[in-house]
Amino acid sequence: MAEIRVQNLQKSFGDFVAVQGSSFVVENGEFFVMLGPSGCGKTTTLRMIAGLELPTGGEILLGGEDVTFKRAAQRDIAFVFQLFALYPHMNVRANIGFPLKCQGTPRAEIKTRVDEAARILRITHLLDKPVSGLAGGDRQRVALGRAIVRQPAAFMMDEPLGALDAEFRTLMCHELRALHDRLHATTIYVTHDQMEAMAMADKIAVMNHGVIEQLATPREIYERPATMFVADFIGSPAMNFLAFDGGLQRGDRHVRLNSLSVEVPESHEDISQQRLVLGARPEHIRLSDEGGLRGEVFGTEYLGTTQIVTVITEHGKVRARVGADRRTTVGNQVGLTFKPEKLSIFEHQSGRAIRTALYDTNLQGARHG
Amino acid sequence: MADVVLHNASKTFGPVTAVDHVDLTINDGEFVVLLGPTGAGKTTTLRLIAGLENLDTGRVMIDGRDVSGDAPALRDVSFVFQQYSLYPHLTVYDNLAFPLRSPTRRVPEDEIRRKITDIATMLHIDHKLQNKATRLSGGEMQRVAIGRALVRNPKIYLMDEPLSSLDAKLRNELRLELKRIQHELGATMLYVTHDQIEAMTMATRIGVLREGKLVQIGVPREIYEDPNDIYVATRLGQPHINLIPRNLFPDVAMPPAAETVGVRTENLLISRHNGAAARIDWIEHLGDQNHLHIDLNGHKVTTLVQPDAQLDVGDVVALELQNPLYFDRTGARLRG
Repeated sequence: MAEIRVQNLQKSFGDFVAVQGSSFVVENGEFFVMLGPSGCGKTTTLRMIAGLELPTGGEILLGGEDVTFKRAAQRDIAFVFQLFALYPHMNVRANIGFPLKCQGTPRAEIKTRVDEAARILRITHLLDKPVSGLAGGDRQRVALGRAIVRQPAAFMMDEPLGALDAEFRTLMCHELRALHDRLHATTIYVTHDQMEAMAMADKIAVMNHGVIEQLATPREIYERPATMFVADFIGSPAMNFLAFDGGLQRGDRHVRLNSLSVEVPESHEDISQQRLVLGARPEHIRLSDEGGLRGEVFGTEYLGTTQIVTVITEHGKVRARVGADRRTTVGNQVGLTFKPEKLSIFEHQSGRAIRTALYDTNLQGARHG
Repeated sequence: MADVVLHNASKTFGPVTAVDHVDLTINDGEFVVLLGPTGAGKTTTLRLIAGLENLDTGRVMIDGRDVSGDAPALRDVSFVFQQYSLYPHLTVYDNLAFPLRSPTRRVPEDEIRRKITDIATMLHIDHKLQNKATRLSGGEMQRVAIGRALVRNPKIYLMDEPLSSLDAKLRNELRLELKRIQHELGATMLYVTHDQIEAMTMATRIGVLREGKLVQIGVPREIYEDPNDIYVATRLGQPHINLIPRNLFPDVAMPPAAETVGVRTENLLISRHNGAAARIDWIEHLGDQNHLHIDLNGHKVTTLVQPDAQLDVGDVVALELQNPLYFDRTGARLRG
């Protein structure tokens, strides 16, 4: 197992710059997720690390060794694709053992290692079945088995759950994370699904237009997004953005949205008068009968545990996540109040988050175990 | 708009029973969502109402009239398919106008214009009306496909997972839009999906299908809080409802026939008391909430905690049940 170090990695396809100078370190045993919309450069980055694309510039170190221009086969990396290509004429055992057979591993050792991989993935009972009759999830487990059996230095996974339906995806997320906790293999995982990233990652790199906008733990990214893009991409429903004109001075604890004064975390920067944006996650907004930001209830979405109430305000539609037992009626006037310590403020022009008390304190609490 | 009734409807394809003696009433102006996994009979039910499949047994009544033998065109229904199929050589406007220009129902052009403008505004595609249908994003194409159904004023709208090909963000937006449009039009709608969020957020009533049978129908809250069996209980709720063998709670009084205790994640409360051998395995940070994965005597259970809860992997906690649901050995609910 190994640390992966990427330095100033770039890739252009003709005039199109897919990756614009990324640098990051994936520590030994880390589950590292690259997250972003299609075309953000995440898959290209992954393919360069795996050796399936050659970079235009920069270098890649795998366990301290420079592998930038080495062939994929010389990198000791296993790749799991979104569309798991299994050999249809072979049974599960032969599919999983195939990479070892190609390397000329003795038959007895192949058997031991395939059995071990199957045990880890809990598909021992399927080993002698043909792959054609398997369900989607089992096929993906076989594809994973083929990656695990090689005991590579690192795993690269390109949207491996993208082809599964929602319910199954959640289940496989838990399985993949549990698998990681057993193997402790350095893993780079690419997805556009923020739920997968939040559920599995030790660290997330959020990418946009070939640039890493933020690299941090899931919790850090969720609670202290560095940019409006990150804030918008993570969380469902997304963070609410309320635009207003104003400025800030160090020590300020309030902003003015038209006539309404809203308490915010203490500013640690001086910001000149300009267009600013208040960012509030749906669960940090409460409904109140009086006061607050007034608006009209546009709709409610019942989710069992909670409900999402959408309110039309003079700053646009605002979504609040409140308890499922709170009754609201479409068309009624309500007020919205905010949890002051959880709010973010962004510069509208650059999208950058302004440094406040929220961003400068230490996050406490548990991490992935 | 009108009410639609299925009486004892069945449909088999060779050895497979796709729809199995279903009785279902969709009231005038109601938004009914059929929920079930692949193969539960959702799409076949829609196709039976539309007349795209013939019934083996039973009847379809639309607006009080038996239409079981009628051709699809005579039933006055609108169908939105999962895969949008637009006419690529026509503009968005002409695509939307197409159903209204059909020879069987000629509508004057000025009325067509008025209708299209209304619907396009509702769906936020009014600025794209002169675009070629192929020069749209996937989300816009699907909105055109939905719009093409909505320009007509049929007896019922039938929708087959119309949002499933859209990305998560757009799906979130359109869910509420679609519900609002349905409400404004007073439309009768039957909508099928395997997505529990769509079902819970949009439906007036949810019908849960299992292997062709309608196993429960009710308002979302009823299906969520008061399921008839384990199958229905596991259809709704993220994370899944915890299903725990009764013997793990020796101190809780239960109906004698109870084999399994079902507890929604928000109803499994943790406390610091010692006693129960529950150990925190893993904490999943999902931002708005944390999922706590707990090992209870070798059984995995999940509960919700606030993000600021001071808990760590390895901590031993006690569990308390709130509103537990009891199921017998067949999975049927035991109501107290």
